[in-house]
Amino acid sequence: MTVTGAARLEARFAALAAQDRAAFVAYVMGGDPGLGKSAQLLDGLPGAGTDIIELGMPFSDPMADGGAIQAAALRSLNAGVRTNDVLKMAAKFRRTDTQTPMIVMGYYNPVHHMGCEAFAKACHASGIDGAIIVDLPPEEDAPLRDAFEEYGLALIRLATPTTDDQRLPTVVANTRGFVYYVSVAGVTGAAVPDADPVQKAVARIRAASGLPVAVGFGVRTPQKAAQIALSADAVVVGSAIVDAMARNGIKEALDLTRSLSDAVHTARQQA
Amino acid sequence: MSTSEAKRIWPDAKGRFGAFGGRFVAETLMPLVLELEGAWDEAQRDPQFTAQMDEYLRDYVGRPSAIYFAERLSEHFGGAKIWLKRDELNHTGSHKINNCLGQVLLAKRMGKTRIIAETGAGQHGVATATVAARFGLPCVVFMGATDIERQKPNVFRMKMLGAEVVPVTSGTGTLKDAMNDALRDWVTNVDETFYVIGTVAGPHPYPHMVREFQSVIGREARAQILEREGRLPDACVACIGGGSNAMGLFHAFVPDENVRLIGVEAAGKGIKTGQHAASLAGGEPGVLHGNRTYLLQDDDGQIIDAHSISAGLDYPGIGPEHAYLHDIGRAEYVSATDEEALEMFQLCTKLEGIIPALEPAHALARVGDLARELGPQGLIVMNMCGRGDKDVFAIANHLGVKI
Ligand SMILES: Cc1ncc(COP(=O)(O)O)c(C=O)c1O
Repeated sequence: MTVTGAARLEARFAALAAQDRAAFVAYVMGGDPGLGKSAQLLDGLPGAGTDIIELGMPFSDPMADGGAIQAAALRSLNAGVRTNDVLKMAAKFRRTDTQTPMIVMGYYNPVHHMGCEAFAKACHASGIDGAIIVDLPPEEDAPLRDAFEEYGLALIRLATPTTDDQRLPTVVANTRGFVYYVSVAGVTGAAVPDADPVQKAVARIRAASGLPVAVGFGVRTPQKAAQIALSADAVVVGSAIVDAMARNGIKEALDLTRSLSDAVHTARQQA
Repeated sequence: MSTSEAKRIWPDAKGRFGAFGGRFVAETLMPLVLELEGAWDEAQRDPQFTAQMDEYLRDYVGRPSAIYFAERLSEHFGGAKIWLKRDELNHTGSHKINNCLGQVLLAKRMGKTRIIAETGAGQHGVATATVAARFGLPCVVFMGATDIERQKPNVFRMKMLGAEVVPVTSGTGTLKDAMNDALRDWVTNVDETFYVIGTVAGPHPYPHMVREFQSVIGREARAQILEREGRLPDACVACIGGGSNAMGLFHAFVPDENVRLIGVEAAGKGIKTGQHAASLAGGEPGVLHGNRTYLLQDDDGQIIDAHSISAGLDYPGIGPEHAYLHDIGRAEYVSATDEEALEMFQLCTKLEGIIPALEPAHALARVGDLARELGPQGLIVMNMCGRGDKDVFAIANHLGVKI
């Protein structure tokens, strides 16, 4: 029997932990540069070593994103792609791949507009396992959290360099799946994180949450990904893959994914 | 409206005005916003902070601003008596400085060493750059590329004041995009930076804090009209971009249930054309820039670009307290088109010798209707929240005159 939702994430993390390997998480923007090509890229990700897929939902005002992902969101919207199209694309992917956990990442307004209950239902029906909603802090996420719980989905919270010890318990309370550590204060794809403070933060968040910790924002190269993989349970790369896709197309984006995932998977053996 | 509703003290502890407001920001900003809330709570209760504010408002801004009986406009419209609250006489030419002064003093108190702001018309940018210059703080202003083009005099003023003006080309290059980039800057420079938001929007405590700083307008106006006319007005009228000058005028009158509060949104080329900035008339509740409020958006929750000839009103949202006053029926919201604003700009200039900013020119369009509706016994206070110096190039352009 295949598990779904938060349980699919948990199963994957457990399997990787048993092999002492970090997970490689690839972020791609749903519908960039159009639905056809985006779906092709999505289909190629597991074969290129992606353990968990993070699928961006385009938004007109991506306040937490840097240039690469802003541009990707615009390309997607300009191609006429909307939230439901991204969910449909996910559903199609799920028909042939029941193993790879897939979460969506986006902003609250499109979710709010659809309604939290309807959004959770649609995610569940599309084989989505969880979501990160960037501008929805714990203080405001009860409506979505309740709806997600009903469907066994993981609402994944973000911890950041500004999340101090006093605040961390609020951030990790009621979370499932994993905690996403935003490794630098800034927007996506801007600064590069240092491995040292990241290692400390990961240990702190793991202890507070009892959950796997994924690290993202600013990781672009296999070298940096390998460094982070020594301490983190998962390494997320977004802007670099989105950039490669925009500049050179699907093959280059998947080649980069392959070299990043290899680096993450072998990091601990080589250390 | 239920009396108790309007008289309750908003916002609540979560920054809610009824179902609106709140705090919807990325986790990186949450600790900063909470720190700001704490500092604001303390400052508010500190008599020294209040005394400092009062002194600068008097000596630097030039408060209290006058209230002026616009006799010839009243005659022209042929109805109620129209009084103008002269916030365009403030230092830097608009109400914006009331708020900038408060926030920059708070920034100093918090030990912040760098000021950032977004601006549309450039009035908030100029006021922020001015106060930052006065207190010796570096200042970065984010401004849409479209707005830089149509508000050139203000761009030059900001630069003279020592501010760095960063052109924003994402989106349509207007106010909402400038706000996105200011938030991106803040999330990157978390330790030293204070973000001075220019209207009653953003995450809690901004809508509350900005309202409090602007509410000096209504407190003065209420006392002044009582002194001059011996009674409260029948209506208070103000234009709405994000809604700070309107909340500033309205706040002191909210408990006076017989005083109608009327906000005028920008109808652009007409509400029906879809090219407007009237979030209450043409929008739906949603979440943007840290708060839940009415927004112009499509059926997928994507934000739709606003349109107004007035850069200061060209915003697809509205402050959450207005959304609340609208829903409980305590305030009324109407709109005025680009054409009407242009007509009122010229009318006010010719009849009163006051060159209004295009923003309050919108309010004047509905003041005319209201004056006729109320008749000669009526009494209206309108917020003349800015002067039109910044708009003369745009107006000349519209009239086909080269200057
Ligand atoms: C003179 C003037 N009035 C009004 C506004 C709109 O802002 P608010 O609705 O916050 O008063 C602006 C904004 O730039 C302005 O410059």
